[in-house]
Amino acid sequence: MRIIKDKKISDDDWVIARELDDSAPIPEGNVILPFSYWRANRDELLKQDTAHAVWIDGDIETEELSDDLGQFSIIGLDFPAFKDGRSYTHARMLRDRYNFEGELRAIGDVLRDQMFFMFRCGIDCFQVSEGKDAEDALKSFNDFSVRYQAAADDAVPIYKLR
Amino acid sequence: MYKYDNYDQTIVDERVAQFRDQTERFLAGKLTEDEYRPLRLMNGLYVQRYAPMLRVAIPYGLLSSEQLRMLAHISRKYDKNYAHFSTRQNVQFNWPALETVPDILADLASVEMHAIQTSGNDIRNTTSDQFAGIAEDELEDPRPYCEIIRQWSTFHPEFSFLPRKFKIAVSGATHDRAAVKVHDIGLYLVKNDAGEVGFNVIVGGGLGRTPFIGPSIRPFLEKQHLLSYLEAILRVYNRFGRRDNMYRARIKILVNDLGKEEFTRQVEEEWSHIKDSVLKLDQKEINRVKGFFTSPEYDKNAAEDSSFDEAEKSNKAFSNWAKRNLFTHRVAGYKAVVVSLKAPGIAPGDATDEQMDHIAELADQYSYGEIVVTHDQNLVLPNVKQADLFSLWEKLSEKNLATANIGLLTDMICCPGLDFCALANAGSIPIAKQINEKFDDIDYLHDIGDLKIKMSGCMNACGHHHVGHIGILGVRKKDEEFYQLTLGGSAEEDACLGDRLGPSIAKEEVADVISKLLDVYVELRQDEERFLDTYRRVGITPFKDRVYPKTAVKEKAYANN
Ligand code: HEM
Ligand code: SF4
Repeated sequence: MRIIKDKKISDDDWVIARELDDSAPIPEGNVILPFSYWRANRDELLKQDTAHAVWIDGDIETEELSDDLGQFSIIGLDFPAFKDGRSYTHARMLRDRYNFEGELRAIGDVLRDQMFFMFRCGIDCFQVSEGKDAEDALKSFNDFSVRYQAAADDAVPIYKLR
Repeated sequence: MYKYDNYDQTIVDERVAQFRDQTERFLAGKLTEDEYRPLRLMNGLYVQRYAPMLRVAIPYGLLSSEQLRMLAHISRKYDKNYAHFSTRQNVQFNWPALETVPDILADLASVEMHAIQTSGNDIRNTTSDQFAGIAEDELEDPRPYCEIIRQWSTFHPEFSFLPRKFKIAVSGATHDRAAVKVHDIGLYLVKNDAGEVGFNVIVGGGLGRTPFIGPSIRPFLEKQHLLSYLEAILRVYNRFGRRDNMYRARIKILVNDLGKEEFTRQVEEEWSHIKDSVLKLDQKEINRVKGFFTSPEYDKNAAEDSSFDEAEKSNKAFSNWAKRNLFTHRVAGYKAVVVSLKAPGIAPGDATDEQMDHIAELADQYSYGEIVVTHDQNLVLPNVKQADLFSLWEKLSEKNLATANIGLLTDMICCPGLDFCALANAGSIPIAKQINEKFDDIDYLHDIGDLKIKMSGCMNACGHHHVGHIGILGVRKKDEEFYQLTLGGSAEEDACLGDRLGPSIAKEEVADVISKLLDVYVELRQDEERFLDTYRRVGITPFKDRVYPKTAVKEKAYANN
């Protein structure tokens, strides 16, 4: 999959299981599982000695994951449409409240012009939408050099710099 | 007033560059209409019935003369020589060409202005009291807090894709001139028992299809916690506000669905996690921002002038104007002057390029170069010496800016309606005209006194009809324009929603029906009662009976069943 990770373009072999029946066998390889599947097959999955990854959308609350965060190397955050901004809060909760240190990967309708905001909320990896120019998208991280408020990145309230 | 430093200027400049790039990508076909829409909306650019409409932010309504001149320039260079001041203390251009919008934004940035977050589902321009800083009934100037909120909310990464738009208002006075209780968040500066000043926090007011007067969820919030508390409210809303139905998506619906207690509990729980974070405001920062909102050096002898009294006695037109268009200033010998943008025959809130230049000139000459936009779509010169009032009045009159009607029947609020807006059911500007033509006797208008007529062309309620003493709502019946009237609304500290008068009425009848309502008022009023007071005392029945003489009987019988 084509991704932007830590502001660089790269490829990796994680695939997202968009739909996976809770009773399906555990998929082979690096798969980002729906959180519902994780919940249903948690004990089985924990027996495996591999990195785990799940994805959530706005309907799952971060509180529901909080006990298992240590198990995940990647949490996918879904943006089913650009208008659905719940995953911005998910990202901040995972970073600021639960100190999740693994990868937060934006999946779904990831528009270049929103990546600046996503990054500031703690999302460090972006699945680039099909047909979009990844090089072009990289530029958007430089859209603004000044940030008024603190978030999950390294910014402090601007007045502290004044 | 607040002055940009390097940081503020960089942000607006970078925004212009970003939007120029987005617009170029769109025009080059690299962005689809669907992809470009959310981007232009975050810059206040709507596509309307005839042309794009660009909404420009005027933070808490405050403009310098230089900024007002720039608005005049923009209307001349890119538009049809006028601009429209809105009920949210913003300004709108109705006819710019899409390709020129990046240039307009660059012109705005050159005078510390922008269109950031003037549309879209984000935190909008924070509004305030048009008499902030000079009102006698003010506990503390609300504008420094508006500016602090402006900076915190600008490009807030977490809250730029909320379920719906989000509006905050702050008032520091006893008399609420900022419609605080019909905002998503309303803040009143209040004093607690220990004598400290903080905020009474109101959440979930709003108009539109489902109007609510917002409840208070925290009667006293210390100033240092302002931003953490706002962030907690916004976070609860961003997580749980409805996204399945655009008309159920405002925070008022969430507050109402959860109930005030449960909503408050969730906010307080969220707040407990972030209260002592970096969001906590330094007193130093509060003081720094306050330092931008200082008083000018007032003339200590201003009150000794006698020319004002003399002119009032000898000139009837001037005294009519002085009676309605002046507001008491906390400094003796000074007045705040309301410049009426409600001359008969003009769409409420419109000003031409010439008028804007003229007002900027007068602001420099008489009012320390500052102008404030009001919710009622007028402009204020906040610091005028009484000795200057007569010559100011003469100069305003030259450009049709001295209509003596502030707070009167013809000082209407009116949305763009069918003339400009794609969502409208009915016209509102033509009704304003009709009312102006019917009620053109200045003595009658002054006799009727305070009366707020508010008009919207559809139930989105941009004209705030629910909170008008008389509200007028455009509806459509069999493809014709009809109007639904409500009585008794208010947006002030006694905020309440108007009651429906009865079946909607035909377009030609609106002014006649208002005339009947006023007859009832004149017959029943006692002492100094305003229309609203009389209405509250006698109720809707006498008004209903006069307007619907036959059906009234039937409805009563029905109500008794
Ligand atoms: C011309 C194009 C306009 C369009 C398409 C438009 C559209 C809308 C819509 C759809 C709403 C309802 C939003 C909701 O309930 O969530 C709304 C609300 C509102 N509009 Fe407009 N509007 C326009 C112009 C204006 C103008 C010129 C003003 C000011 C004079 C204005 C002031 C407002 C206000 C104050 C509200 C808020 C009501 C509330 O907060 O509940 N609008 N508008
Ligand atoms: S109230 Fe309706 S008609 Fe009037 S501007 Fe708003 S959306 Fe348009």
